[in-house]
Amino acid sequence: MRVLVTSQVGKKVLMAVSGQLMTLFVIVHMLGNTTLFFGGLNAYAAKLHSLLLLVWTARLLMLTALVAHVVPGIQLYLENRKAKPGSYAIRNSLRATFASKNMVWTGMIIGAFLIYHLLHFTFQFIHPEQGASANIDPLGRPDVSRMVLFSFQSTAHALMYITALTALLLHLTHGIQSSFQSLGLNTDRSIPVIVRSGFVVAMVLFLGYIAVPLIILLGILKG
Amino acid sequence: MNLTLYVWRQKGPHAPGKLARYEARGISPEMSFLEMLDVVNESLIREGEEPISFDHDCREGICGTCSQVINGVPHGPQERTTVCQLHMRSFRDGDTIYIEPWRARAFPVIRDLIVDRSAFERIIQAGGYISVHTGGVPDGNALLIPKENADTAMDAAECIGCGACVAACPNGSAMLFTAAKVSHLAALPQGRVEAKRRVCLMTEEMLRQGFGSCSNHYECQAACPKGIRVSFIAKLNREFIKALPRGTNTAPPSPSHGTEAKE
Ligand code: HEM
Ligand code: FES
Repeated sequence: MRVLVTSQVGKKVLMAVSGQLMTLFVIVHMLGNTTLFFGGLNAYAAKLHSLLLLVWTARLLMLTALVAHVVPGIQLYLENRKAKPGSYAIRNSLRATFASKNMVWTGMIIGAFLIYHLLHFTFQFIHPEQGASANIDPLGRPDVSRMVLFSFQSTAHALMYITALTALLLHLTHGIQSSFQSLGLNTDRSIPVIVRSGFVVAMVLFLGYIAVPLIILLGILKG
Repeated sequence: MNLTLYVWRQKGPHAPGKLARYEARGISPEMSFLEMLDVVNESLIREGEEPISFDHDCREGICGTCSQVINGVPHGPQERTTVCQLHMRSFRDGDTIYIEPWRARAFPVIRDLIVDRSAFERIIQAGGYISVHTGGVPDGNALLIPKENADTAMDAAECIGCGACVAACPNGSAMLFTAAKVSHLAALPQGRVEAKRRVCLMTEEMLRQGFGSCSNHYECQAACPKGIRVSFIAKLNREFIKALPRGTNTAPPSPSHGTEAKE
């Protein structure tokens, strides 16, 4: 099993498994967000946080996946850059896409955003006076809705989230389909299907996520 | 046809290189790309200049030595065609053409358009073979191979080892080449015996030779003159994952054959 961290192919297997785990998390997270649209966010958050075992298992799993993803990701990026000294006078990409060529950069944007996002909504270091733990809703639950609604009244803030989500869209547009190939779960017939499905999933996630800052910014959802 | 060429000129492995401009005059559309370069070289020789060095051998698209990146595309604009089989009718009168060598750390330039591709040889030496105890010729059909597997093996065996996949890959990876060899042998009963060792040894050697890894850009498939498909890379990945439980996978071949064949 040592080859998982020494071999180039092993590193990609690690990246694919961790990438898929994180993608699953991102899907569940988006489904959770939709409770905001029906006024159920506080109830959802309260229920979720009462399931301590589930929350902490998910957190530890995601932290492990992140490390197993970012470390080989950066190693491979550096290795690959060294393997290709200089390019051609004219470079004609035949199949590579903007998304596939910028995985490391969209990944870095997601990473930076992740830190901000955790400081903001999880640890509530940013605007602590608006944080869910500082405000209780009429039913005595931490007021997550209020925190979210307050945050996205700011255009700059909403735009920052939308930018990070665009990076995620690009990362997953290539990433989802690529992970199936890295795990060998591909044949000539499945490749085009997986490429298209990966794009659809990435797009649905993107739209689902940006809906939150957008409808708040546009004043459709008010406190 | 009259063309303007920008050709990579480099005196030796350590000399700095640069693009030099040449005019190719009176080229017939029926000429192959290499014949066009022959014409240019003849005029260079007449003028007392050093001719352009380029690799070629069979000139019929089977040996894989002709290695030129034409306008940023390995083997030029025509799909599934080697440089030697590319004809000047694929270009228009007055075109400007950029001609460069394969670029990858594992393929150092020897001179002008010629690169050293022995790194491929070393990947093959690492495991791209089957160990056989030679003896009498086996009877025909003594070893039954399903038609589907035979076809897969034949498709993979089309690889001529030209290196266009490496040249096209933004990571300078040799995955398509290695995957074709691994898949070719893994599809056949004779090759299954050493399949696990092979995939590990060959991918390790790929790293050691300075090739990058596969980011699934699929540039290689688009550049391959023989139509080798990236589904073989998926097959290599499958073989690699199957070999994972074996530990470090670098153990010498076991003397007793056939123990792995039953998987
Ligand atoms: C946090 C910082 C991140 C960095 C620096 C990063 C970096 C990368 C890089 C460089 C690759 C391409 C590897 C290659 O093919 O050579 C990649 C692939 C991938 N990433 Fe990320 N990533 C990050 C976060 C994420 C997240 C949050 C997800 C999922 C929600 C994700 C999902 C994927 C997937 C599915 C792949 C495809 C794996 C494969 O090709 O087998 N990444 N990442
Ligand atoms: S010279 Fe042999 S393939 Fe082109």
